[in-house]
Amino acid sequence: MKVLVPVKRVIDYNVKVRVKGDGSGVDLANVKMSMNPFDEIACEAAIRMKESGAVEEVIAVSIGVKQAQETLRTALAMGCDRAILIVATDDVHTDIEPLAVAKLLKAVVDAEEPGLVICGKQAIDNDMNATGQMLSALLGWSQATFASKIDIDGDHATVKREVDGGMQSIKVKMPAVISVDLRLNEPRYASLPNIMKAKKKPLDEKTPEDYGVDVSPRLEVVKTAEPPERDAGIIVKSVDELLDKLKNEAGVI
Amino acid sequence: MNAETGFATAHDSPVLFDETHRMLRDQIRRFVAAEITPHGDAWEAAGAIPRDLIRKMGDLGFLGIRYPEAIGGSEMDERATVIWAEELGRSTYSGVAISALVHTDMASIHIFNAGTEAQKEKWLPKCVTGETLTAIAVSEPGAGSDVKGISTRARRDGDDWVLNGAKLYITNGVNADLYCVAAKTDPEARPSQSVTMFVVEKDTPGFTVSRALDKHGWRCSDTAELSFVDARVPAANMLGAQGRGFYEIMKNFQNERLVIGAMAMGESQAALELTVAYLKERKAFGAPLWEKQAIRQRLAMLAARVEACRQMIYSTAARAAGGEDVVREVSMIKALAGELVNEVMYDCVQFHGGMGFMRESTIERMSRDARVQSIGGGATEVMLEEVAKRM
Repeated sequence: MKVLVPVKRVIDYNVKVRVKGDGSGVDLANVKMSMNPFDEIACEAAIRMKESGAVEEVIAVSIGVKQAQETLRTALAMGCDRAILIVATDDVHTDIEPLAVAKLLKAVVDAEEPGLVICGKQAIDNDMNATGQMLSALLGWSQATFASKIDIDGDHATVKREVDGGMQSIKVKMPAVISVDLRLNEPRYASLPNIMKAKKKPLDEKTPEDYGVDVSPRLEVVKTAEPPERDAGIIVKSVDELLDKLKNEAGVI
Repeated sequence: MNAETGFATAHDSPVLFDETHRMLRDQIRRFVAAEITPHGDAWEAAGAIPRDLIRKMGDLGFLGIRYPEAIGGSEMDERATVIWAEELGRSTYSGVAISALVHTDMASIHIFNAGTEAQKEKWLPKCVTGETLTAIAVSEPGAGSDVKGISTRARRDGDDWVLNGAKLYITNGVNADLYCVAAKTDPEARPSQSVTMFVVEKDTPGFTVSRALDKHGWRCSDTAELSFVDARVPAANMLGAQGRGFYEIMKNFQNERLVIGAMAMGESQAALELTVAYLKERKAFGAPLWEKQAIRQRLAMLAARVEACRQMIYSTAARAAGGEDVVREVSMIKALAGELVNEVMYDCVQFHGGMGFMRESTIERMSRDARVQSIGGGATEVMLEEVAKRM
């Protein structure tokens, strides 16, 4: 079985995000970019499946600017076997919307015929949390979102999901799209020798036209703004004072 | 770890570094955040770093950056070494940084540079995995930068060399397994032709660690005085040709000075970052201290100087990688970065106010660690003479 892992190049989690002066979005020019952390977890899950012998090949795919090839190299250095880069824009500020990404991924699935897609539950830039679900709908495959444990057994997968009320275990029919949550695993480092080896692994470059997909936006971003600054807290002297403030000032109880 | 400012920095620039360099830097940064930052204070208190840390560095390939693939290395160039040193310096735990950098770029590298194929095969693979930790023993009670002035003697006796003397201020001196030791083999020869390097194994009879030294900074790094009393070393452990030790040591100074400069620059960078973050939070007279022009302009100027130093280190590393002779530049870098890091620490402690004087603050430790950067690996005064000779 092949596994497809979509990975996205996003602003590094450690960078302090700045909103552009005109409110049209977040300033990404010359800012440090990295692989979306949830996608690293997805890569790790797929690579472990390969190491356990359940999977023959792990293919990483990224959709976005040409520089995303660096993100794919990281996936290859972690242990993915090959990579596909779909260059869908040349502007770092253009985000390809989830539906367009899902359509492209469906086209890649049709071409590569993997038995499983493992993706991050969401990207930390826009937090859409939509691509995996859309992909499963387009493919007509089962979906299991927010996975914190994955067991594949023949034509079924048992997935433990992180849901609001706690954990939920579901059994889905393969092939499936599984989106992963934070606690599934701890992604490995890319060791320096593996970084060097990754340079020799195949990385194919494609365009949306190759797959016949229109990626033009359907959504309009009206305004991007900094979150309001939080006021400093206060220290209350007693439980009674706390209760009073919660009732009469905050109005929450 | 400090949040990045979100402004473009030279270390990500494709003009200066390629994809592989950036990936290496990312991995080292992650390693520092996960494996060093949470434990550094405990190691400072214990006066040592765990050997396991060195092994972990080995597992990720950090100890073989420049070495051949055949022995587990990655055959990268000076730019990668600079990234390794800068990011370790940036960890704020310079004691960890120096232990690792002495091993990779000041000690084991002598075996790589001067060793025979058999010697490299015997010792280097375990240096790359971190199973073996190395130290370089040149300085003595009576000679430091003055390499030709050492008095440790090596006398040929049959198939052995017999070493007598003492070595001082030896980083990794307590915990190393393998020591690259400089000794006089031909005291009658011209001073520059009188020194030879030897590999001395830890359990060599007659070789002892006479004492662990108590230091002003670099508290988690072990530093020792070593004693050689009729220590017998097999002739097969001689590194390079007899009488060529001085040149071997001089040859590696280029790399060593670049590495120490990069480490000091990383320390400066980290100190400025954490001080700016502190000043944006710390309020006095009704506003964050960062609002004071006198303070922020002073830090802005220091940032400009650190950036200038950084660009010089990057460009010199790139030139060294291309095979150019950069002795003048690395001497400048060692002098400049070693002094600048101390100026940076002075102001950063100052702007931390009372907190900067407290043992609990990071900047207090960093200011102690920085002091040696204008001394170790060639004192500023010696470096400036190297520069002056080339003016």
